[in-house]
Amino acid sequence: MSTTSAAPPAPLPIRSRRWFARRGSRVAPLKYLGLLLVAIVVLMPVYVLLVTSFKTLTEIDAAHAWSLPSSWTLDAWRQAWDELSPNMANSFKLAIPATLISVVLGSLNGFVLSKWRFPGADVVFTFLLFGMFIPYQAVMIPLTQLFDDANVPTGIPRLVFAHVVYGIPITALIFRNYYATIPDDLLEAARMDRAGMFRTYWSIILPLSAPAFVVAAIWQFTSIWNDFLFAVFLITDPVSWPVTVALNNTTGSLVTPFNLQMAAALLASLPTLLVYILLGRYFMRGLMAGALKG
Amino acid sequence: MRGVRRWWPGLLLISPSIVLIAVFVYGLIGWNARVSATDWREANKTTNFVGLDVYRELRIDERFSLDLHHLLLFTVTFILGTLLIGGTLALLLDKGVRGEGFFRSVYLFPMAISFIASGIVWRWLMNPAPGDRASGLNVVFEKLHVGGLANQWWQGTNWGAAALAMPAVWALSGYIMALYLAGFRGVPEELREAARMDGASELRVYRHVVFPHLRPVTLAALIILGHISIKVFDLIVAIGGKQLVTEVPAVYMWVLIYDARDYAKGAAIATLLLIGISVLIVPYLIYTVRSERRA
Amino acid sequence: MPRKILTLVPAALVALAALMLVGAASGARSKSPARSTTAQANQLEVFSWWTGGGEAHGLQKLITIWNANHKGTPFKNETVAGGAGSNAKAVLAQRLSAKKPPDSFQGHAGAELQDYIKAGQLEPIDFIYKKSGFAKAMPAQLIKQITYKGHLYSVPVNIHRANVLWWNPAVTKKAGITKAPKTWKEFMTALDKAKKSGVIPLALGEQWTQKHLLETVMIATVGPVRWAALWRSPAGWSNAGVTLALNRYKTLLTYTNSDAASLTWQDASKLVADGKAAYNVMGDWADGYFRIDLKKKPLSGYAWSAVPGTGGVYDWLSDSFTLPKGAPHRAAAVQWLTFLGSKRAQDTFNPVKGSIPARKDATAKLYDTYLKWALNQWKTDKLAGSLAHGVVASNAWNTDIDTALGLFLQNKDVKKFQSSLVTAAKKRA
Repeated sequence: MSTTSAAPPAPLPIRSRRWFARRGSRVAPLKYLGLLLVAIVVLMPVYVLLVTSFKTLTEIDAAHAWSLPSSWTLDAWRQAWDELSPNMANSFKLAIPATLISVVLGSLNGFVLSKWRFPGADVVFTFLLFGMFIPYQAVMIPLTQLFDDANVPTGIPRLVFAHVVYGIPITALIFRNYYATIPDDLLEAARMDRAGMFRTYWSIILPLSAPAFVVAAIWQFTSIWNDFLFAVFLITDPVSWPVTVALNNTTGSLVTPFNLQMAAALLASLPTLLVYILLGRYFMRGLMAGALKG
Repeated sequence: MRGVRRWWPGLLLISPSIVLIAVFVYGLIGWNARVSATDWREANKTTNFVGLDVYRELRIDERFSLDLHHLLLFTVTFILGTLLIGGTLALLLDKGVRGEGFFRSVYLFPMAISFIASGIVWRWLMNPAPGDRASGLNVVFEKLHVGGLANQWWQGTNWGAAALAMPAVWALSGYIMALYLAGFRGVPEELREAARMDGASELRVYRHVVFPHLRPVTLAALIILGHISIKVFDLIVAIGGKQLVTEVPAVYMWVLIYDARDYAKGAAIATLLLIGISVLIVPYLIYTVRSERRA
Repeated sequence: MPRKILTLVPAALVALAALMLVGAASGARSKSPARSTTAQANQLEVFSWWTGGGEAHGLQKLITIWNANHKGTPFKNETVAGGAGSNAKAVLAQRLSAKKPPDSFQGHAGAELQDYIKAGQLEPIDFIYKKSGFAKAMPAQLIKQITYKGHLYSVPVNIHRANVLWWNPAVTKKAGITKAPKTWKEFMTALDKAKKSGVIPLALGEQWTQKHLLETVMIATVGPVRWAALWRSPAGWSNAGVTLALNRYKTLLTYTNSDAASLTWQDASKLVADGKAAYNVMGDWADGYFRIDLKKKPLSGYAWSAVPGTGGVYDWLSDSFTLPKGAPHRAAAVQWLTFLGSKRAQDTFNPVKGSIPARKDATAKLYDTYLKWALNQWKTDKLAGSLAHGVVASNAWNTDIDTALGLFLQNKDVKKFQSSLVTAAKKRA
């Protein structure tokens, strides 16, 4: 996997934005066309969502899915905002800390499992991962009881705790597998320098971790923001419910107001989309020139 | 060699996570397994240990077999579709395109939208009504003169469950693309350059330098997709409600636990799902981990 | 060695930072549990799935009245939506098992409550009925059908009717149908006429609406008395009457739209409103959908009658409220239930909700066209409890029937269907 040379390797080139742009201009128009087509196909359902959110119930059904509204109305959006905005703050209070803690933890765990291994590291890795597969719906009742018995503070902190715990496997997976692709001799230099675990992590691994952080953060933020199951079971006070429970409640009881649901879903998805766009900048960074000594 | 390094700080660092998972995940797995071996049902005040009886019940349960059949079709279509599309998109974006950020955000967006709403849209898109009542994708096919593609989607008798995977592929391809893109970008450029200078074509560079690097990424992708597929519930219920024609084990499990109050049977399904996925994933996991060590 | 300690300090700092973040993120944290003793200031926690439309609206009116009359006990509205309460029921199950019940929760009156009763989670409320005279104010048949082992466990707030046939007058006129079908034969004739005129004869939706249709066909075929008997003992399920009903059901399905599984109940009703289908069988919540959401005028834009063969039978279901054991504010809960059974509450809630009161003394002029008809029928019809909406069969039994029905819809095998129903009845009756 990695070359073995006695001398430390030359610093790796930074893939700058210009680097990408230079390559981009040589890209065949065919590739561009393909990407564009896929983008259109991907956005088709979003189009239906949008268009439905501006209609009244009289023209909402399968037959009219593609049609533009005959009369545009903002009612659904107004109502969606009314119903969702009280809970938006809860979702932010939940998703931001939970994501941050979760990815930091994942990075540390992933590092330990791949680059600072201990006897049985692979067993631990499998142990962590396997637990990911339990269908949580089946155990929500004892789960809630367990949280009560463990005296986990109630409300949003409980939900943050839950997401951090249940995010351990996936974040460990993402980081471990990402770090596994980093050549070991990058750490050789640090080891020869007698750097300890945290020094190695801080000066070598962390600077290289940007894409993994992005990928992990995207996953965690999305899962946490969109989670309904844990939110509705672990938080009993409607005042503390995150936006997903409010979104679910737009289902109504007998008649489903499709326009309201679509407007609400789009509204609820905007913060996540913003996260994707913001984090996307860090995607550009590939391997940076490491802080190699000697 | 590794021998000199002190390894116990690593163990110490990861030990809180091990403890948390042991308590909050394995504790529940254990509880679940225990329940599945009892006859705990409805409001039974006393429950007895019945061993594998509930599993035997499930083996002859026609509804469960139907669910498994649906799940199999769904899983295969979902995993293959997402890996292919996500991987291809990552390949296309790897060398950099103008507006990469735009494309990435577009492809990722579906994952941000709750299935409560996108499920309804997909239900409309996959409506199987024929003839002049055709709508959704069927009517698009007709307009594009590929009417032969119009079909019954998930109401189709044999392959219906594969159609259910479409919305899932739509939602997850962007993320798998992101995973692969990160993986591609993690390949040291000098390795690629070295291969190129040795005279390898771009295709060869991919095949012999880049792809082997991606095995851990594929493993991660498989595990993520696999665990979604096994537990898939929200998507199915959002599109098809709770009907047998679209049912998968996770939905049946919910119905058993929260509607029928047959806790033992619900727990048994959960255990079976867990065993099922581990039978599939764990060997691959071990294989990949071992081959990494050898590399 | 100092180096070792150095590696531990950052770890400890990270952990500490994490804990602090979590603590800081809690902001206005809600009070910790311990609700079985004295909770916060007196309040009334009511758990329901009425999150939208006329129901939320009606509930809001009740809340306003309650808050005005009980200033020290504000109403806490805990609602969770999800397909006739399926999410709500799951969350409720967790709260009940954790012994942290709300003060009152919504449930369909009848067998659906049996799970809670058998688990000892509900208090019998005969005393409320006695004190307020509900037994006299509500029809005797109703009281009888919601009594379980001699006790009453909930107060019905409303009554919905399930056996309603809806149609589009313009469509039926065009098809040459002159009067509402009253018998099975007339129904078949009408459906044939509709088919000939190019519309969907009977609009149908996803599986639960198909169960709903099934129950009306069964009631029509075996009658309310034998229907009630089916739920008391498994004997009747193997009878020829049931076979006939199932065969009729099978025939009826051939007149429905092929994409039924992809449609919600309201999509199916919309087909009728839009003139694409002639008939639809659905509960009377469809009235609100036609009138308010689709803006159709009763009797001209849409019309109704009893499902053919069920004239004189009221296939009923009811939203009711219970008294959980260990309710944190029991006194308030009792007052709530007493209020719910009152004429004022029922006449406030029901016109908005789109249902009729469980009481016999409704003020008719408060109710719109369809509901006036329903009120009249309620006075004289024989009562048959709904299957699909939790009156006659427990949740477990209903799930077994769902399984049998779901498999039948795939293979259309009546014999197999009937024998699975017999098995289910033997297991659950």
